[in-house]
Amino acid sequence: MGILQRITRNIDNRYWDPGLIGFPVKNSYTAGVAGQRFFEEIKENGRIFGSKCAGCDLTYVPARIYCERCLSGLEEKDWVDVGDEGTVYAYTEVHQTKSGEAKEKPSLIAAVKIADGLLIHRLGDCLPEAVHIGMPVKAEFKPKNERQGGIEDIKYFKPF
Amino acid sequence: MRKVAIVGAGMTKFVRRALETPKELSFQATKTTLDSCGLTLDDVDCVAHGTAPDAFDGLHQNGEYMVDGCGGWNKPTMRVYVGGGTGIHAIAHGWHHVASGLFDTCLVVCEEKMSSAMPHAQAFFLTIFDSITERALEPNLLWIFALEMNRYMERYGYSKEDMALVAVNNKLNGLKHPASQFTDQVTVEDVVNSEMMAYPVSRLDVSPVSDGAAAVLLASERVARRLTDKPVWIEGVGWSLDTAYWATRDLYYPRYTDTAARMAYEMAGIREPAKQINIAEPYDPFDYKALHHMEGLQLSPRGKTVELLRDGHFDRDGNLPMCPSGGLLGVGNPIAAAGTMKVCELFWQLRGEADERQVPGNPQLGVAQSWGDLMQVSSVVVVGI
Amino acid sequence: MSEVVKVFGGTALSEKDISSGKIFLTKDSLDCAYAWDTGVAINRYLAELKKGNIIATRCRKCKRIVLPPRLFCELCFIPVNDWVYVHDSGVINTFSICHVHWDASRVKAGEDPHLPAVIEIDGASPGMGIMHLLGEVKPAKIKIGMKVKAVWRPEAERTGSITDIKYFKPI
Ligand SMILES: [Zn+2]
Ligand SMILES: [Zn+2]
Repeated sequence: MGILQRITRNIDNRYWDPGLIGFPVKNSYTAGVAGQRFFEEIKENGRIFGSKCAGCDLTYVPARIYCERCLSGLEEKDWVDVGDEGTVYAYTEVHQTKSGEAKEKPSLIAAVKIADGLLIHRLGDCLPEAVHIGMPVKAEFKPKNERQGGIEDIKYFKPF
Repeated sequence: MRKVAIVGAGMTKFVRRALETPKELSFQATKTTLDSCGLTLDDVDCVAHGTAPDAFDGLHQNGEYMVDGCGGWNKPTMRVYVGGGTGIHAIAHGWHHVASGLFDTCLVVCEEKMSSAMPHAQAFFLTIFDSITERALEPNLLWIFALEMNRYMERYGYSKEDMALVAVNNKLNGLKHPASQFTDQVTVEDVVNSEMMAYPVSRLDVSPVSDGAAAVLLASERVARRLTDKPVWIEGVGWSLDTAYWATRDLYYPRYTDTAARMAYEMAGIREPAKQINIAEPYDPFDYKALHHMEGLQLSPRGKTVELLRDGHFDRDGNLPMCPSGGLLGVGNPIAAAGTMKVCELFWQLRGEADERQVPGNPQLGVAQSWGDLMQVSSVVVVGI
Repeated sequence: MSEVVKVFGGTALSEKDISSGKIFLTKDSLDCAYAWDTGVAINRYLAELKKGNIIATRCRKCKRIVLPPRLFCELCFIPVNDWVYVHDSGVINTFSICHVHWDASRVKAGEDPHLPAVIEIDGASPGMGIMHLLGEVKPAKIKIGMKVKAVWRPEAERTGSITDIKYFKPI
């Protein structure tokens, strides 16, 4: 077959299957300097922290070690407890799993605005028809002995 | 084209596993760089950043992810990506931004966090081989290095001890680098007797897996002269990619380095690189690679490099010091950041700020080179004061 | 205004920091599978391998006979449509004896090391090598320049893959 010829039926096109069963590689991510401290507060104290750039008057949630606007370092003194409440900034109702199959029950995912930051998380204890943008929500933490220092230490956000 | 200078440099420590996220590493290197020349983000016109395979950091579109740590928020930002060549490719990229007249300042930031990849970063290299004609053989990255090293040694009759000498020298230099990942000196015997991984490659012939970031600030002549009385000028840049059919070209000579170096030398007006260049920072992920690249960079006659090495020609106080930073073997190898680290080193060396690592005799002209992909790409930068 | 840099970020973690659980880690697995279209030239290459042949392409301009076969010459940058059979023998251009698997795990004591090589195939233009494996040879006996020949899988076991050649052995 020359360069100008075309395969017109998909069935004529051969493919190569690598044979190796999958590609069993994994990732293991550190939370970072800010993330480590951020999750320690959630795990130990059930508190959500942001970090505030005084110059730009912005409070980042989750907390960071620098301000992306002015690149100032944000230090210990700039950490602020932002409470465990926020508002729904945007939301979606998810009907399919990540591989595209229908979910048994749709789930709700929201961008929750806390201070100047957005946390992407689940909504719980909440009917889909009741959700609206601007709805006040509150973090529902896992019991302390189940928390492991990750975003899943918050079970979901729920209306209050 | 306008003249472009390096006016600031900074980097993180290179470590086996960093607590910092890729963004945070980028921020630390960027912030140090800005502080080193007394600038703030407001003074930065654009960002040229680089990170090599996304797979290591485990973040697809890693360039987009790390952008705010590189000072790229709301600024014209562009990423380049040529595997291990990225660290100096990004310098050439940033140079264009300023030389063209489009911008007066450009931050160049390169980062790599290899420790996220489990069980080992090497596993992810399976996917760089041709998916149909090579991957079925279950190759690993060591294969191509071992094949190239064997071919190179056979061609000129070099021994494993000869190659090990590079690892020894570079690690010795690296012990003086405050960002180095290493604390121990090694001997030729240590290298030769270390675990045989893929003949002729032993474990200590290889640079380690690392996390880290490095950055420089580029400025136009007008801005550079205002900022510092010691700008380090980018005299020439060059880069080249050879065919990806890597088994069809003889591996003993890095043609891609030759092409890239000639481009950079021509721009810099250098006729006799081996005589004119005062410091060389060839890319040294494996010990033999430094020598291989010295030949490609026209800094050593083919087949005579080991002789020069043994005569002390490439020592810190020799005629042409090689890898005074310690290189990848002596400082660490966070892929993209490693190349930029070499440019940071030349910046500090030419300004006489390299502390214990300082090359004597007021060096005036240096060359740094990075290499990557399937034994395929070289990027070269020539800097002078 | 410039000053010598004294600040180096980066916080090194030790094995103990990790094993003690003090440092939070988020783990993830990609679990992705791929299937690649073989393309036009490689499709024919694989089909011929299945029949026990190695086929190459020849550029009408530079006259190079190249492996693996391709639909264009990357030097002349013109289409290529001239197919030629080459031999299933060649010369070792370079080789390695590899004690590490693709995922960096080690070949265990008693197991055979991997023997990758670049083999310049007879009948193709000089220097036209392919990456493959060596077999039926003691690692210590392998030399650059050695002549080798393909050992094919039995016809019934071939699938149209580069592994239809089991390995190359010295002749
Ligand atoms: Zn700010
Ligand atoms: Zn041609």
